[in-house]
Amino acid sequence: MVITGAEIVIRSLQEEKVDYLFGYPGGAVLYIYDELFKQDKVRHVLVRHEQAAIHAADGYARSTEKVGVALVTSGPGATNAVTGIATAYCDSIPMVIISGQVPSSAIGQDAFQEVDTVGITRPCVKHNFLVRDVRDIAPTIKKAFYLAKSGRPGPVLVDIPKDITAQKCEFEYPQTVAMRSYSPVVKGHHGQIKKALQLLLEAKRPMVYAGGGVVLGDAADKLTALVRKLGFPCTNTLMGLGGYPATDRQFVGMLGMHGNYEANMGMHYCDVLLAVGARFDDRVIGSPAHFASEPRKIIHIDIDPSSISKRVKVDVPIVGDVGEILGELLALLDGTTERPDQEGLGDWWKQIEEWRRRDCLKFNQGTDVIKPQFVVQKLWEVTGGDAFVTSDVGQHQMWAAQYYKFDKPRRWVNSGGLGTMGFGLPAAMGVQLAHPGSSVACITGEGSVQMNIQELSTCKQFRLPIKVILLNNGYLGMVRQWQELFHGNRYSESYMDALPDFAKLAEAYGHVALRVQKPGDVEDALREAFKRKNDLVFLDFQVDPTENVYPMVQGGKGLTDMILSAEDL
Amino acid sequence: MVSKQDIHMRHVISLLIENESGALSRVSGLFSARGYNIESLTVAPTEDASLSRMTIVTSGSDDIVEQITKQLNKLVEVVKVVDLSESAHIERELMLVKVRATGKDREEMKRMADIFRGRIIDVTDTSYVIELTGTQAKLDSFVGAIDADLILETVRSGICGVGRGDRVLKV
Repeated sequence: MVITGAEIVIRSLQEEKVDYLFGYPGGAVLYIYDELFKQDKVRHVLVRHEQAAIHAADGYARSTEKVGVALVTSGPGATNAVTGIATAYCDSIPMVIISGQVPSSAIGQDAFQEVDTVGITRPCVKHNFLVRDVRDIAPTIKKAFYLAKSGRPGPVLVDIPKDITAQKCEFEYPQTVAMRSYSPVVKGHHGQIKKALQLLLEAKRPMVYAGGGVVLGDAADKLTALVRKLGFPCTNTLMGLGGYPATDRQFVGMLGMHGNYEANMGMHYCDVLLAVGARFDDRVIGSPAHFASEPRKIIHIDIDPSSISKRVKVDVPIVGDVGEILGELLALLDGTTERPDQEGLGDWWKQIEEWRRRDCLKFNQGTDVIKPQFVVQKLWEVTGGDAFVTSDVGQHQMWAAQYYKFDKPRRWVNSGGLGTMGFGLPAAMGVQLAHPGSSVACITGEGSVQMNIQELSTCKQFRLPIKVILLNNGYLGMVRQWQELFHGNRYSESYMDALPDFAKLAEAYGHVALRVQKPGDVEDALREAFKRKNDLVFLDFQVDPTENVYPMVQGGKGLTDMILSAEDL
Repeated sequence: MVSKQDIHMRHVISLLIENESGALSRVSGLFSARGYNIESLTVAPTEDASLSRMTIVTSGSDDIVEQITKQLNKLVEVVKVVDLSESAHIERELMLVKVRATGKDREEMKRMADIFRGRIIDVTDTSYVIELTGTQAKLDSFVGAIDADLILETVRSGICGVGRGDRVLKV
């Protein structure tokens, strides 16, 4: 059947079983929007800013096992999308972004709403395409989905000039993809896996360090089974939270710059480290030289060879899908009677429990002013630890990561790599659409939420009953914290005067809102909010403006060099 | 990088990449984004027009060069990558030098071109264009051997490289 390029785009998305398409129309994508109008399989979610379309698709992808899909127009549509695309790229999120382009004949003529979208996005996509022939649309979209979700996932952009969407050709959606230049490794090297198991069995002070790869690779069950069978302590990165149940005794908390004392100490002083789907980044290990100063054997499982031995020398590299490799490790462990050295492990756990007794996350909730940690803790209680939680970037993000104990993967949705303020609210929209009956909370700050506050309008239009948990301290808190600790209390531009009355603002968008000022009101406000199953409730918690995130490892310092509380200063 | 930070060795990396528009900028963009050196880069289609062969001369510690090859392999359009300098290989570069050739310099230039096995491929009353191929070192020494004041312009291609003997970079 001969159909237009625009119809091919929509039919291809249908073939990929896309249920939600997040986007914003414009001149270059008018034919595509026209085809969208004529069908009802792919539902379009009209955002209020293209950045939000990408974040929403991203939140959708992170909270499911599916690819997030967005559609934007040429020029400013594409440039507004760039922050969202880079956010997804830094966290390896599978997404397909379709962007309109000016007509082929106008490319290079400085046409209206023309930018070199493929050029601009090249460094922040897994791959991108400029479609030059209507016959290439279907195979290109097929490739885009395949690339986005296979290997180390990532965003893939398909740029389509307007005239190509108007031309016609025969439509047949390809069933397979063949690319001689792209064949990601799935199965791990058997010899390496055996070597890894041997190291694990000989360990006296083992540690399992699991990152976002476990979540993205849907390997949380296997990781949990392996860690439990071995009896080892396990830590998660910010991106890996939920990859191992946080309420489990073997979980020692998040590690890194704002990691738990016991996690950071264990990471540093272990003798065998099993790194799974993690990349030893600067926010996790601090200074690589300091980290290397303590001898230990490192096993590193990752699907991306370039993540291995990038910042830290590795003894046993295993390239492949983390789920496959953990499965093979489990099978090998089942097939042997050898078990880890119980005596050594016992001593190691004693040490860890001693570190744990420092209780590095303790805080004092008085009767006057609300502590931000208290709000997150109560949120965890009120939602039974079972909500989907998105966050923006800053202090509130770290408190969310520290105090909401994620027991399941894909429940925690945040911008870890790029650290994009404005991510939380639109991401929550994608999460809520993917999980219509579930509780979705967006923990945010008054700085971050204003970066995409216009999406309250999208939430109204699509009746998304998100609970916005605003930890309002009147400051760009993380900036203020660094200025307090490292810049002599000079709060340069980190105080925001003239904040709106957020409750009134949310009400103006048609939502339910409440300002909460007393610690005694926190729990009731949260309970009331989650009772309202069909409403977006915006809770403006006025929290202690002087509160800092602890523990803290100063940038570039060693992992054991932690500031545990204000008394350490 | 933790180790061997100070030892920067020259490496010749050769790769096959899909001959698509934008492929070159993916490679050059990777080098600039990650702060890797490019001393020279040459690219042209192979006997199979759907593939381009690229030769990149770079330098860095072992760790950095390992990252460079891994990152290149990660590019979706890159088919194969090899570090030619890991074993026996041949390098050649083409240079065109336009020199002033008048008076006694005219005969001297001809002699120097002969000594270096260059060829004079353009002649006017006042100038020659000398074509020279060889390793970078040979071209450097030719430029060093002639009177710098007589050089009007030099154009160098950057090197092409190929492994010796049975080592073949092919799909």
